[in-house]
Amino acid sequence: MEVFLLQVFNGLSVSSILLLTALGLAITFGLMNVINMAHGELIMTGSYVTYVVQMFFLKHIAGNFDLYYPVALILSFFVTAFIGFLLERSLIRFLYERPLDTLLATWGVGMIFQQIARDIFGAPNLEVRTPHWLKGGVEIMAGLQLPYNRLFIIILAIFCLIGVYFYMYHTASGCRMRAVMQNRSMASCLGISIAKVDAYTFALGSGLAGIAGCALCLLGPIGPSLGTYYIVDAFMVVVLGGVGKLVGIIISSGVVGGLNTAFEFGSTATMGKVLALIMVILFLRWKPSGLISLKVRALD
Amino acid sequence: MIKTNRINDLLLDRKWILFFVLMVILFLAPVFLSDFRLNLLAKYLVYAIIALGLDLIWGYGGMLSLGQGVFFGLGAYCMAMYLKLGSAGGELPDFMAWSGLTELPWFWKPFQYAWIAVGASVIIPALVATIIGFIIFRSRVHGVYFAILTQALALVVTILLIGQQPYTGGTNGITNFSTIFGFSLADSSAQIILYFITVICLGLVYLFCHWLTESSFGRILIAIRDAEDRIRFCGYNPVTFKVFIFAISAGLAGLAGALFVPQVGIISPAMIGIVPSIEMVIWVAVGGRGTLFGAILGALIVNGCKSYLSESFPDAWLYFLGILYVAVILLVPEGIIGLTKKFFIKRTASISTDSFFLHMRNFLGPFKVFKR
Repeated sequence: MEVFLLQVFNGLSVSSILLLTALGLAITFGLMNVINMAHGELIMTGSYVTYVVQMFFLKHIAGNFDLYYPVALILSFFVTAFIGFLLERSLIRFLYERPLDTLLATWGVGMIFQQIARDIFGAPNLEVRTPHWLKGGVEIMAGLQLPYNRLFIIILAIFCLIGVYFYMYHTASGCRMRAVMQNRSMASCLGISIAKVDAYTFALGSGLAGIAGCALCLLGPIGPSLGTYYIVDAFMVVVLGGVGKLVGIIISSGVVGGLNTAFEFGSTATMGKVLALIMVILFLRWKPSGLISLKVRALD
Repeated sequence: MIKTNRINDLLLDRKWILFFVLMVILFLAPVFLSDFRLNLLAKYLVYAIIALGLDLIWGYGGMLSLGQGVFFGLGAYCMAMYLKLGSAGGELPDFMAWSGLTELPWFWKPFQYAWIAVGASVIIPALVATIIGFIIFRSRVHGVYFAILTQALALVVTILLIGQQPYTGGTNGITNFSTIFGFSLADSSAQIILYFITVICLGLVYLFCHWLTESSFGRILIAIRDAEDRIRFCGYNPVTFKVFIFAISAGLAGLAGALFVPQVGIISPAMIGIVPSIEMVIWVAVGGRGTLFGAILGALIVNGCKSYLSESFPDAWLYFLGILYVAVILLVPEGIIGLTKKFFIKRTASISTDSFFLHMRNFLGPFKVFKR
C-alpha cells in the first residue's frame, strides 16, 4: 500500500514538474506556433534569477532569508517575461511565417543564453538553498513521507494553471489573445493591436518558463545546461496534449508523468524515460493531432 | 522563357566547372595541408555528406529531421564495433570487461567482418529510417510534429546508448582503435588514403543526389514539399516517396558515420544526440537549403568557422556562432548560395543579349517595332 501510494505521489510530482515546464511552451508553441528552442534557456534564466535573489537575501537581509523564495518566484516571472518580450520584438516577430525557422533561430538564441550564464555564473552547477519552510515533509503513514518541496511544486503547478486559465478566459486581454491566435486578420480588423498581443503572449509564455525554473531550484543544483534536460519532454507533452488547447497538456503531463514513474518502477530510470517516450511516439502515430485538438476544416 | 533557360544553362555549366575545380582542390589538399589540418578537413567532408542527405529530406522534401544524428551514430557505431573488435584482437573489448561481461554479445559478433560492418553502417540506418518513417508518415505527421518526434528519437537513442554501458561503452562511447582492414590507423598514409576515400565518397554522393533531384523523383519530392495534398489528389502516394527519401538520407548519414569513426577515432553519445543533430540542420540552413552545393558549402563553412573561432576566441566563440545562426536565419533564409545566386542572376540578366532585346521590346513597345 505504501509503495503504491508513494508511486502515485511520485507520478503526480513528475507530472507537476512536466506541467510547469510545458505550460509556457503550450502558449508559445501551442498557441503562437513558435518552436521556441530557447524555452529551456528561459527556464534556466528563471533558476539563475532565483539564485541571484537568494544571494542578495543572504548578504543583505539574512534575517528574513526564508522570504526570498516568494520574492524570487515573482521576480523570475517578470525577468524572464521581459526577456521573452525583448526576444519577440527583436527576433521572433519576423519569423511568424516560417515556423521551422523559429526553431533554428531560437536554438542560436539558446546557445547565446547558455554562454552568457556560463560567463556570469561559471560552468559548474550551483546550489540554491531550499527555504526552511519547504524542508522536511508531511508524514501520512509510517514509512511514507511526502516532501514539502514536491508538494509545493504540485500546488504551484495547479496555481499557475488556474492563473493562466483565468487570464485567458476571464479577462479582456486574455480574450484578445485568444482572438489573435485563432484568427489574426479578423482580430486585426476589429481593432486589436496584433503586434502588442503577440509580444505580451510570448512574454507570458516566457514568464511561465521562469516560474518553472524557480521551481526546479527546489529539486537540485542548477547549471547553464539545465534547460536542455527539460526541453524535449516539454515539447512531447505539448504535442501529446494537442496544440491550441490548454486542457490537453493537463492530461498529457499526467499521462507522461504517470508512465514515466510506472516504467521506472518496473525497470531502471533511463529505461522508464525511454519507454515513456516510445509510448508517446506510438500514440501520436495513432492520433497525430494529440489528445485534444481544435477541429478545423482547413487543409493545411 | 529563353532568358531563364540561358541562365540555367550557364549556371549548370558553372556548377560542373565548380564541381571539378572543387574535386581537384580536394584531391590536391594533402600536398599543402598538415596532417592535423587534413584530418580536420576530412571530418568536414564527412559532415558535408550528412548535410547532403539532410538537404535531400529537408531542402527538397520539406521534412525537417532533427534525428539525423541518430542515423549518423548508427553508422558510426557499426564501424566502431568492427574497429574495436579488430583492435581487441580476438579478446573482449576493454569496456565490456570493465562492465563485467564475459562473452561477446550476439549482436557484436557479425561485426568481426569488415564488409558486414561497412554494409551494415549504411543499411541499418536506412532500415531503421524506413521503419520509423513508415510509422510516422503513415499517420500524416508532418511539419513541426515530425521535427519534434525525430528529436525525441534522438533523445531516446542517446539515453539508450548511455544506459547500456556494457554493450555500447556508455557515455565514453567506443574509442581506442588501432587497425583498419589490417592497416595501422596511426599511420599518416592510412589517414591520407581514408581522406581520399572520403573525397571520392563525397563526390559520388553529390553525383547521386544531383541525379536524384534532377530526375522525376526529385520533381515529385519538391511537389510534396510545396503542396502535399495536391500530390495526393494527383494519385501519388506521398508516403512512399517520403519514406524512401528519409531512408536514403539516413543511409547517407550512416555512410558518413562509417567514414567518421576511423578518421576521428572516437564515437560517443555526445556526438549524435540532440545538439549535434540540430547543428547538422544549421549547416544546411547556412549553406542554402534546397541546393546541393549549399549543403556542402554550409557544412564546410560552419565547421570551419567553428574551428577557427574556437581556436582564436576560446571564450567568446559560442556567441559568434549563435549570432551567426540567428543572423543567417533572420537575414538570409536562402543561405549563402541563395545570396550568390541572386547576385549572379541579376548580373547576367543585365548583360545577356536576350535581356537586351527584352529591354528593347519593352522600351519600344508603344512603337510596335517588334511584332511577336
